[in-house]
Amino acid sequence: MEFFKQVDIDWMGKAKYFYALSGLLLVVGMASLVAKGGPYYGIDFKGGTVVDVRFAGTPPIDTIRNGLAQQGIGNSTIVPVSDIARPNSNEVLINIEEKGEGAEALDAGKAAILSALHATFGAGEPGKQDFNAVGPSAIADVLTRKDPLSAGAAAGDRYAQLSRQIVSYRDKDRGGIVNNLDELSASGASAGVIAALREVFYTSNFAIINVEIVGPKVGSELRRQAVVVTLYALAGMLVYIAFRFEWVYGAAAVLAVFHDVLITLGLFSIFHFEISLTVIAALLTLVGYSMNDTIVIFDRIRENARLMRREPFHAIVNRSINQTLSRTILTSGLTFLTVLVLFVMGGQVLRAFSFALVVGILVGTYSSFGIAAPLVVAWNQWRGQGAAVVTSGTAAGNKLRKT
Amino acid sequence: MNSNLKWKALFIAAVILVCILGLVGRPEFPPKSWMGIKSNFSNSIKLGLDLQGGTHLILQVQVQEAVSQETDQTLDHITTLLRDKTIRYDELRKLTDTQILVHNVAPEQIGAARNVIADQYPDWAISAAPGETSGYIVTMSPTRIAALQQQTMDQAEETIRRRIDALGLTEPLVAPYGQGDNEIIVELPGEGDPNRAKSVIQAGGQLELHLVLDGSAYPSEAAAMASHGGILPPNAQLVQGKSSASSPSQSAPASDSWYLIDRVPVVTGRDLRSATAVRSTKNVGFFDVDFTLSTEAGRRFGPFTEQNIGKQLGVVLEHRMQTAPTINGRIDDTGVIEGQFGEQEANDLGLVLRSGALPASIKYLEERTVGPSLGADSIRHGVQASIVSLLVVLIFMVVYYRLSGVNAVVALILNLIILLAALAYFGAVLTLPGIAGVILTIGMGVDSNVLIFERIREELRGAKAPVTAVDVGFKRAFLTIIDTHVTTIVSAAFLFVFGTGPVRGFAVSLAVGLLANLFTSVYVSRVIFDWHLAKMPREAELSI
Repeated sequence: MEFFKQVDIDWMGKAKYFYALSGLLLVVGMASLVAKGGPYYGIDFKGGTVVDVRFAGTPPIDTIRNGLAQQGIGNSTIVPVSDIARPNSNEVLINIEEKGEGAEALDAGKAAILSALHATFGAGEPGKQDFNAVGPSAIADVLTRKDPLSAGAAAGDRYAQLSRQIVSYRDKDRGGIVNNLDELSASGASAGVIAALREVFYTSNFAIINVEIVGPKVGSELRRQAVVVTLYALAGMLVYIAFRFEWVYGAAAVLAVFHDVLITLGLFSIFHFEISLTVIAALLTLVGYSMNDTIVIFDRIRENARLMRREPFHAIVNRSINQTLSRTILTSGLTFLTVLVLFVMGGQVLRAFSFALVVGILVGTYSSFGIAAPLVVAWNQWRGQGAAVVTSGTAAGNKLRKT
Repeated sequence: MNSNLKWKALFIAAVILVCILGLVGRPEFPPKSWMGIKSNFSNSIKLGLDLQGGTHLILQVQVQEAVSQETDQTLDHITTLLRDKTIRYDELRKLTDTQILVHNVAPEQIGAARNVIADQYPDWAISAAPGETSGYIVTMSPTRIAALQQQTMDQAEETIRRRIDALGLTEPLVAPYGQGDNEIIVELPGEGDPNRAKSVIQAGGQLELHLVLDGSAYPSEAAAMASHGGILPPNAQLVQGKSSASSPSQSAPASDSWYLIDRVPVVTGRDLRSATAVRSTKNVGFFDVDFTLSTEAGRRFGPFTEQNIGKQLGVVLEHRMQTAPTINGRIDDTGVIEGQFGEQEANDLGLVLRSGALPASIKYLEERTVGPSLGADSIRHGVQASIVSLLVVLIFMVVYYRLSGVNAVVALILNLIILLAALAYFGAVLTLPGIAGVILTIGMGVDSNVLIFERIREELRGAKAPVTAVDVGFKRAFLTIIDTHVTTIVSAAFLFVFGTGPVRGFAVSLAVGLLANLFTSVYVSRVIFDWHLAKMPREAELSI
């Protein structure tokens, strides 16, 4: 089977359409960024507190907000977690912005949220602990002291293992919330064990899934670092490509990658995805990937330039793109499919990250023939070299080619 | 050619064996059942915090405090020194964290003063005080500052590690972090509730015994200052009583009492040899902490207590006055800290004192807790996505490239096995972005095969024989493959250097996956092709 048998499209002739498309995407993206007051930073970059809470039923957002207000937290943002794969997840993200570099403890926000939750949703019976909030060691402690199975000397190990089983059941099978201690019988806990637990624990109807607290100083520091790393990476690649090919190729490739990153950021703004550290990782990966693509085309241009000495440069570039089209579409297509699977099935934690990759692969592939190649052609034409005078890189590159 | 091929095949088989060994052969070798294999596998791959749940803390050591403390002590010593040498001066005070001002030295003793100080404190630079005829500024040298900061960092890290270890958590991590901002990272896998760990870490453990200067406590800071004419005496400092929830007993100060104490402590936590929790005899039902001093400190403490009988000894814990008992007689090297502690409180305090005081206080910069259910969710999503994407790619390759597609499939699966085995061997941590890196490796790894196959198809279209086509295809594609891998690996390298936890996991997965891909798509694929070509009849077409 073969998709692209003998393609002969005049890519460079369509350059102005490519520029127009890119221009449009950039303008729309930038407009969104401006309208929303900048990129939508996650707490990695903004600082603040985020608590992810899962409820047994539909989360009562207004009740939560009032409860928080009573604890003195006026400016909280409560966002339900909705996932393409799981639209009714009964989870909310409680967001508190960091007020400033105060002497107050870093987790003042988290402590306030927890007390608000407990106050609003029942502290259960006084003196008892919330079963949904404890770890296996706490449970093992309780069981060892009460010894409902009369395990005697082997109590420690026996209950340690049982506790792990119970907690694993709660977390893996029940999503972290057990509504009633009787439900634990499904995990292998006998009636005696459950009775012993009931003396010490009650079950609330919520569970803390995740807590993230980032101090404001760290936030701005990470923001600065992210920008610096990206710029360094781009500079490194510019040098690498200039070494393998020529400066103009390096510049064209870097401009194309820049274009990719800007469009991705614009789309992030439009679709209101949060920019976190992992998203920056995805951006750097797409930088590498876009370079990839661009290099394959440049490689072919260099090879063809030697073979097709008499032809005008833009014809050489067209031919190169056509020859590599099959490979480009195939690989990008396959990589795109894999990250699409990741986007759909990868879970909510990776959603923004995989979105960056999905967009990045599409745009990165497009920019190789839509931006980078036309830029090189334009440069050559501007230098008055319609004919194919393209010096091809370093001696090392030539040597390896001589096979 | 055939025996060459056999050796290559053997080599590949050896690599596969080593990988499988790394993944399911440890720690129980050989695994005796399916359960054994599964448990070996889960032990070999270390899971990051975002996959197993746990707590991640970034804290910053306030090293400036240690520097300031050293200046304080040096100030005190210089005072004694100048007095011993009977050098007269008007004033001796601390200017900044690293500078001491000697004000108005008697004119004929200027030279002597300088020599005396320079002799005893080579780490300090002496310069003329600006605007003074006979004064000096003594400044800590930058090398000493740097050394002190590093020493403080090391000691803080060591102390924190000891305290965390004493809590008995599984495989905690305590390590320096970041680029030189005095930060330490603490990771507690599986620990869903960090509060006890945090309070144990943060407990300064700064125990200091000071002489209480004024007879009684003051109700407020202002009152204390007022009774001294609005300015504190130069050798004194004010300290507040610790805030206590329960009703204070006779000697336990309430938080609204302020004490005037000697600036320099007679004994600090560093002089402790041991500290244990014991049942309190005075406050029945509560616990105290008994401590013992080192011999050297005992030699100082004895005369001190003897000279100050009748005065109060302030036990200052973390800059708050814990108790202030009256010195009734000479004490050489034992003491007790009373404070109506509960059992766990007293045990923790003993632990903290035994592990040594933190040389400076710490501040939390970042705290992340991943609940275990999220971790389990993430693993499930990650694994499902990996399997589906692998299947998608495999099916496509076989349909599009027919038998050569199977070649690519074998190479890809081997790629993943090598990737996982490498992670296991290096003890690298697998995070959720790391799983994404594996998925990305699937997509990008198959790129190499596509490059080669497309080149082979091109050559075949040019009517070359299969053997030549394969040969040329691999050769021509090789350089491009190197180029494309290098750029992505460079990105990954940047991410590894500047990233933390989950991002690092991603960088490692991606880089290792691509490196393994170089091996599988070029070497292994080639071997499979050669083997297939050798068995193929001469006239047959290459299935690609």
